Amino acid sequence: MATATLGPPGPPTRTRRRGLNRREDTLTGFAFVLPQLVGSLLFVIGPLVAVVWYSLHDWNVLANSFTYSGTDNYERLASDPGFHDALRASGIFSAGLVLLNVSLALALAVMLNQRLPGTATFRAFFFSPVVVSLVAWTIVWGFLLQADGGINGFLSQLGVDGPNWLREGPTAMLSVIVVQVFKNVGLNMVLFLAALQGVPKEVREAATMDGASPWRSFWSVTVPLISGTILLVSILTVVGSLQVFAQIAVLTQGGPGTSTTVIVYYLYQQAFQFQEFGYASAVSVVLFVIVAILTFVQWQTRRRWVFHEV
Amino acid sequence: MRSDVVDAPVSATAGGPGVPGSAAPEPPPRRRRRVRPAMVAIFLLLCVLAVPFVFPTWWMVTASFKPMSEILRIPPTLWPSSPTTEAYGQVFDLQPFAQQYWNSMYIAALVTVGTIAVSSMAGYAFARIRFPGANLLFGVVLIGLLVPAEVTIVPLFRLVNWAGLIDTHWPLIVIPIVGAPSVLATFIMRQFFLTLPAELEEAARMDGLSRAGIFRRIAFPLARPAVAAVAIFTFLHSWNLFLEPLVFLSSRENFTLPLALTQYVDAYGGPMWNVQLAATTLTVLPVLAVFLLAQRQFVEGLANTGLKG
Repeated sequence: MATATLGPPGPPTRTRRRGLNRREDTLTGFAFVLPQLVGSLLFVIGPLVAVVWYSLHDWNVLANSFTYSGTDNYERLASDPGFHDALRASGIFSAGLVLLNVSLALALAVMLNQRLPGTATFRAFFFSPVVVSLVAWTIVWGFLLQADGGINGFLSQLGVDGPNWLREGPTAMLSVIVVQVFKNVGLNMVLFLAALQGVPKEVREAATMDGASPWRSFWSVTVPLISGTILLVSILTVVGSLQVFAQIAVLTQGGPGTSTTVIVYYLYQQAFQFQEFGYASAVSVVLFVIVAILTFVQWQTRRRWVFHEV
Repeated sequence: MRSDVVDAPVSATAGGPGVPGSAAPEPPPRRRRRVRPAMVAIFLLLCVLAVPFVFPTWWMVTASFKPMSEILRIPPTLWPSSPTTEAYGQVFDLQPFAQQYWNSMYIAALVTVGTIAVSSMAGYAFARIRFPGANLLFGVVLIGLLVPAEVTIVPLFRLVNWAGLIDTHWPLIVIPIVGAPSVLATFIMRQFFLTLPAELEEAARMDGLSRAGIFRRIAFPLARPAVAAVAIFTFLHSWNLFLEPLVFLSSRENFTLPLALTQYVDAYGGPMWNVQLAATTLTVLPVLAVFLLAQRQFVEGLANTGLKG
């Protein structure tokens, strides 16, 4: 319709100018994308090719050796218990994080969607850690989780003898996960809140009229309608969780033992503590493949679920 | 069942007062009355859940005013019994903290401005300008979304090292502006520019504006919400960077805040809690204050334009 109204006076001027416009467009287009393109080649694609290339080499900086070694690094990865531990630690971290984060985010969003007094304040509270520097947030929690720190101090008031959270196997991983959940759950909450506000009121009211309990109507009406968002948020959370580094470096340094040595922390150790750049590159490639697969799945599902997304 | 579904909106809009005894006109008030105890429960639950989000900040601020002897005392004190600002003095004595603060601020500011410029231009070109190879180039740029910074940290370290820029701020400024971190910004800007009506540009064309002129005078000013979202998350991203400064920087006066915060340790490598928490308070409070003042813009900007895209 809009083009139709513009139609009559348009064509003559447009044809006259088209040649000039097209050349100008081509020039401007290239000029506009040039910085981003050069940056992509220099800082993304180039390094990506380089990391694959490095991973096929035995490269020890201290010994100043760089020799082609085929798939040696990958074979070493396959039989390296340290790397297996890192994969497992990342798996536990990601699974725990996505479960806790997504369910808490959804619960918070549903509660905030009830239009209670003070909703805006609560939303600000839950969201505030997102804007707090990650290292700062982690340091404060590290302080709270010390053996003689705040949390155990309050627990002892209740007569409970708290564990040394960050220095004992299971609680160390749990602590790292929970600290990360509180840090970022606000972001997912806001995404869910936006999705919930898109669920038409009539649909839920209809379910209520049919005699569905609020609980039932939530699971049978609301959840299917926002399933696209749930999936999207879950995958984004998993991809983000695979990149966790600062929290580990500040809270546990990968310990106790290797129980919280996740993939990126292992990669950092190999590269910048042991100067094993070739081997670390092979770890990078594995991480890249995992992230690429997950991102690809996300794009595919988003395309398929787009009609459910509200 | 199905007839109920169809009936519901009809009776709610038209049936209203005309259907005596029916449930239709009642629902809003009745539901609110019935649900009230549940609402109170939800409100209380929200208060409890807010504790782990709010309490750490409280604990951080109060602990930074406690002397070392009180800081790990059991039972813990919610308010410092003998407040002291000693830790704040040490923050600046032990490290060039003001310099480090400035480093973080100016780097984040430059990265934000640079990213807005690069991503709005690229986003505009990919959305509105038809030029040969545009789709291919867009695909090349989008690869950046697939590559976490951690994957390329080894080659980037080699590149920066080769360029002689280790222990300078250049890699922390240039790489985010044109590298992988700005690709998401470009994507968001493109999604926004796609929604601009074509008539607007055609009208501007008629008035004799060039492409660059259309971008500068018309498209970019209209993109304010998208630019705001990009600005917020770019600033936070740069402000929070940890791995990159850890790898690229080596001397204290060049450190950024996240790195500096981890350096307040005693001779045995144990953290000096009161000093560390004082430095953390100085880092966190300004950002938190800005957020609380503009929380609506933050939250809604990020939710609507930022990440849903």
